[in-house]
Amino acid sequence: MLSLFGKPDASLLERLKESVRRTRSELSERVGSLLAGGRKLDPQWLAELEKALLSADLGVRTTREILDRVREKADRQALNSPEQLKAELQAQLLSIFEALEASPDGQPQPPQVVFVVGVNGTGKTTTIGKLAHRLRQQGRTVLLAAADTFRAAAIEQLEIWAQRTQAEIIRQKPGADPAAVVFDALTAARARGSDVVIVDTAGRLHTKSNLMAELEKMKRVAGRLVPGAPHEILLVLDATTGQNGLVQAREFTAHLGVTGLVLTKLDGTAKGGIVVAIVRELGLPIRFVGTGEQADDLVPFDPQTFVHSLFD
Amino acid sequence: MFEALTEKLQRTFKNLRGQGKLSEEHLRGALAQIREALLEADVNVEVADTLLARIGEKALGQEVLLQLSPDQQVVKIVRDELTALLGQPARPNFASRPPSVWLLVGLQGSGKTTTAGKLARWLGRNGHRPLVVSTDVYRPAAREQLVQVARAAGVRCFAAEGLQQPLEIARAALREARLSASDVVLVDTAGRLHIDDALMDELAQLKRELQPAEILFIADAMIGQDAVRSASEFHRRLGLTGVVLTKLDGDARGGAALSIGKVTGAPIKFIGVGEKYDALEPFYPDRIVSRILGMGDVLTLIEKAEQAVDQKKAAELERKLRRDEFTLEDFRDQLRQLRKMGPLEQLVGLLPKVGPLAQLPRDAQVDEQRLKRVEAIINSMTPEERADHTLIDGRRRRRIARGSGTSVQEVNQLLRQYAEMRRLIRQMGKAGAASKLRRLGLGKLTG
Repeated sequence: MLSLFGKPDASLLERLKESVRRTRSELSERVGSLLAGGRKLDPQWLAELEKALLSADLGVRTTREILDRVREKADRQALNSPEQLKAELQAQLLSIFEALEASPDGQPQPPQVVFVVGVNGTGKTTTIGKLAHRLRQQGRTVLLAAADTFRAAAIEQLEIWAQRTQAEIIRQKPGADPAAVVFDALTAARARGSDVVIVDTAGRLHTKSNLMAELEKMKRVAGRLVPGAPHEILLVLDATTGQNGLVQAREFTAHLGVTGLVLTKLDGTAKGGIVVAIVRELGLPIRFVGTGEQADDLVPFDPQTFVHSLFD
Repeated sequence: MFEALTEKLQRTFKNLRGQGKLSEEHLRGALAQIREALLEADVNVEVADTLLARIGEKALGQEVLLQLSPDQQVVKIVRDELTALLGQPARPNFASRPPSVWLLVGLQGSGKTTTAGKLARWLGRNGHRPLVVSTDVYRPAAREQLVQVARAAGVRCFAAEGLQQPLEIARAALREARLSASDVVLVDTAGRLHIDDALMDELAQLKRELQPAEILFIADAMIGQDAVRSASEFHRRLGLTGVVLTKLDGDARGGAALSIGKVTGAPIKFIGVGEKYDALEPFYPDRIVSRILGMGDVLTLIEKAEQAVDQKKAAELERKLRRDEFTLEDFRDQLRQLRKMGPLEQLVGLLPKVGPLAQLPRDAQVDEQRLKRVEAIINSMTPEERADHTLIDGRRRRRIARGSGTSVQEVNQLLRQYAEMRRLIRQMGKAGAASKLRRLGLGKLTG
């Protein structure tokens, strides 16, 4: 349902490229230094490659499996030049993203309902502000649901984003039942004919069963008011997150059925490599990448660009 | 998903006991597994490799002791090395002349504002008069957030209305602190990337102006390999005096603690363990090491148990168990003590995933609601019924079910469990019955 937010355009791809520039330069520096000497595939060589992948947060298992394939090919003499190795690594990574099934292109009847979930501090509210901005630019009407009634000033923060992006907002008092906010928001969206409803939720650790149950309730409420809602459940993942990111994705998916990821804070030096493991295991598409604090610092994720940028 | 390191090592070292010295060959397998455990826990790969080299050196050629199995011996070396890296528990710093300034810095979303509330609360409880102030003029509603956090945490906040410059706000807060006789000013700052030159300069300026007694780096326990870069850059620009590790109430291993410790040398002073403003604890290096290695935070568990369990009652229970006088009333006491230890899911998380406890599902859920219902059922019994459960016939069961708002089936189930428990206690004999019982009780309530 990427179509919900429009197709990536060329300038956005450029920005995505820029956002992973640091990732790329780090990795390609390492891979490049491996390639420069024209060395043969020796154990030391693979050890350095392993270190590069581990440093990008790909994790022990994913790294090992990717390297096993490379090693296998090398043993069969299929990889005897640096170019071939680079192509092989790219192919390996790309195949992980391309194994994803294309999402159906059909548009549900408005309002389309998007839940934004994740652990504390990943950038959910900021991402919602950017999403709203993006949709408004496309001429859609957006209604924000301030269902993070727990964190201090979360409602005020979302209100500021609503003003900035000229979106509508439905809020209740702090401490209110988030499911009741969802109810109000969807009722209002139906009455007003809003195109998209984006539901902000409180950050929660995936280990807290009561809070996960709260999300399930919100989802049920949404489904009762609008058939098929929520149409998207986006898990917001911080690019600095390490191996726990995989556990987060697993748990949120098990409880809620996450439909896509947003990878935030990719403008720093963190690699966000854990998404490779997530995509491999759970088959979740990465919808967007967050690259800064401004409203337009959100670009659609494009696997081709991402993988190629890693080695450019 | 993680296999406890100790179990992996046990396999590697099978049949090694009593074979003289630990050889290089034996160690190679062990070190590979330790490396994997460290990497799975998000310890930076360079840091892990440096550590492994040292561990290998120390372990090689050591006598295989009779009293420790080789795996225990290696684990001990690993623990000692990691603990040494984290240093001693450190006390927070105060200026010789108040007010002391504590500057809270870190990446976006690491938990600075929540931590400001928790630290202020902690200071208040320890006889200080803290004042919190936010210099985050960038993120929408960030200053409002601290105002609300302070209100919820019951601490004073300087709102700095009308001021828009971080430096001006901080200066005004210092004046306010002197006027109001506050002795610690907690300065919350905007989250920023370590590569954002302009914002890092702003922090350096704040430091020059405020001469803080503490510059605390607030770090998310879930952070991965990049922790070394962000922490070392913050340290290079500011000279960190301490670290607060947040969100440790989740299931992240917190290996970043080692990475950050290694590159900054700054001690971890506090850890955040929950959403409540009291959920801030002093940091003990040995405990986080156990967590990183997957050995569970047994010490914390023991401490919590000690806090909650009334020693006199425990002795009384022991006596009753010996005499086979364990009544439903005692059972209810046990439940209450169990609940006093805190949210049960948190306790389950503290248990090491080894031995018999490895069978606990990783996401074992303890149903607090069920505990409450069990207690309600026992509350609805008469004292005579609690003393002698055989009195409880069908009519009494219906009455108890009605009185407790439960069903006869639930009452039956409880009575069955209780009878089973008594039977087991008799079987186990006398020695150590209480501890076995405690384990049994917890086991029954999970899964």
